[in-house]
Amino acid sequence: MSTPAPARALGVSRTTATAARVLRQLRHDPRTIALMLLVPCLMLFLLRYVYDGSAHVFDNIGASLLGVFPLITMFLVTSIATLRERTSGTLERLLAMPLGKGDLIAGYALAFGTLAIIQSALATGLAVWFLGLDVIGSPWLLLLVALLDALLGTALGLFVSAFAASEFQAVQFMPAVIFPQLLLCGLFTPRDSMHPVLETLSDVLPMSYAVDAMNEVVRHPDMTTAFVLDALVVAGCALLVLILGAATLKRRTA
Amino acid sequence: MMNYSSRPAEEPAVHARDLTVVRGPRTVLRGLDFSVPHGQITGLLGPSGCGKSTLMRAVVGTQAKVTGTLDVLGSPAGHPTLRTRIGYVTQAPSVYDDLTVRQNLDYFAAILDPGRSAAGRRHDDVSRAIADVDLTSHADALAGNLSGGQRSRVSLAVALLGTPELLVLDEPTVGLDPVLRRDLWNLLHAIAADRGATLLISSHVMDEAERCHRLLLMRAGEILADDTPDALRTRTGSDTVEAAFLHLVDEAIAAGRTKETTR
Repeated sequence: MSTPAPARALGVSRTTATAARVLRQLRHDPRTIALMLLVPCLMLFLLRYVYDGSAHVFDNIGASLLGVFPLITMFLVTSIATLRERTSGTLERLLAMPLGKGDLIAGYALAFGTLAIIQSALATGLAVWFLGLDVIGSPWLLLLVALLDALLGTALGLFVSAFAASEFQAVQFMPAVIFPQLLLCGLFTPRDSMHPVLETLSDVLPMSYAVDAMNEVVRHPDMTTAFVLDALVVAGCALLVLILGAATLKRRTA
Repeated sequence: MMNYSSRPAEEPAVHARDLTVVRGPRTVLRGLDFSVPHGQITGLLGPSGCGKSTLMRAVVGTQAKVTGTLDVLGSPAGHPTLRTRIGYVTQAPSVYDDLTVRQNLDYFAAILDPGRSAAGRRHDDVSRAIADVDLTSHADALAGNLSGGQRSRVSLAVALLGTPELLVLDEPTVGLDPVLRRDLWNLLHAIAADRGATLLISSHVMDEAERCHRLLLMRAGEILADDTPDALRTRTGSDTVEAAFLHLVDEAIAAGRTKETTR
């Protein structure tokens, strides 16, 4: 090699090469892609007919779920994908090469973020145009929150994979990390009518803000201040956890 | 290609002084002193669990808790500038099973030599690496569908990308049939001779020692001998390196006992 480029924390071409590689791996696995894209649609479809008589319940829960699905799916695929990277030795090989930790993480976020956009577009389109989800605001804002949620899921999955020694443990982190957020995010009971302790707890969990942001879009024609704040909290959490995730990648290991 | 004449002859590719590695409660390598000369094949031999892999990981810079001095190609081991100059193959093939052979190499090549302007150079480099390990006919097969020996050759091909000056290969011949093993050794000798690369190769099969220029014999985290195969056989009065190794082990055990009794 005549001019080997130095390893920086973040390089655009190494990041896009990593994202392309992750997507190429998925392309050899069409069943996973189909499950990722179709299961959220199926869930929304079921939900619509479970609440057939009460349209406003579907409006509330349906919009919240649009924010929850990308988080769960991306959490699962990222935690398993990075765990495989750690156990197969490819991570050690990559970190012995001039790849920045930021390149790897941004590459994963870019690849799964792309998938999340497709997944959310399908689910949002189905909910708004075919299942009659009543959204007063712009469906584009729903898509934006879904994307931020997907990034948060990717970040959490990446972080958690550092603490899982096997695929069994990685999947068990899903109920451990996601379910409490799901119960407390306001999907089942409005957050302000919970026990004060639980309400405080729900205030520090990022999924609560994702669901709040979705509900702002459903109820208001314009972008509200509350929406902007909620979206910023979700984005900030995603960024923070991504940085924590980067810290779990070590070039030298025992 | 490297320029031999400009390098001081006495400067080795790898130089260790008092190299110690601790893993958990165990001291895996104890105060090792050795050097690996440039442009030659150095075999690292010893029984399983004697610390060969740990020593190699230390050289590559992926091992934590390394103390002492360890210089690789003129820089401390693990230095960022070494990352494009060393090719490293772990014992288990580290490739993506859900990518084809060519896709695997394309990705690692893009990490070593990134950017769109390098695409042509990368393409040639990848094709050459695939040809080197004789997998051209399998270039579009998924790595996960290949046999064990073929997968380890994909892993080796990754290490050959970018013409590294130092190749560190951890047990590269495990699981290969005799024909492939001979082909691989021919390739490794060609890489040392034609590309001027330095090779550090571990093995626990003693008959492979005869194919190396120099040998480091290891046992229980210590180096028993650092010499050429010929010199080792002569010194110990043995016919094979295996016999020489056993002779040295007996000697070390005997020396250990005398130390105990005189204490």
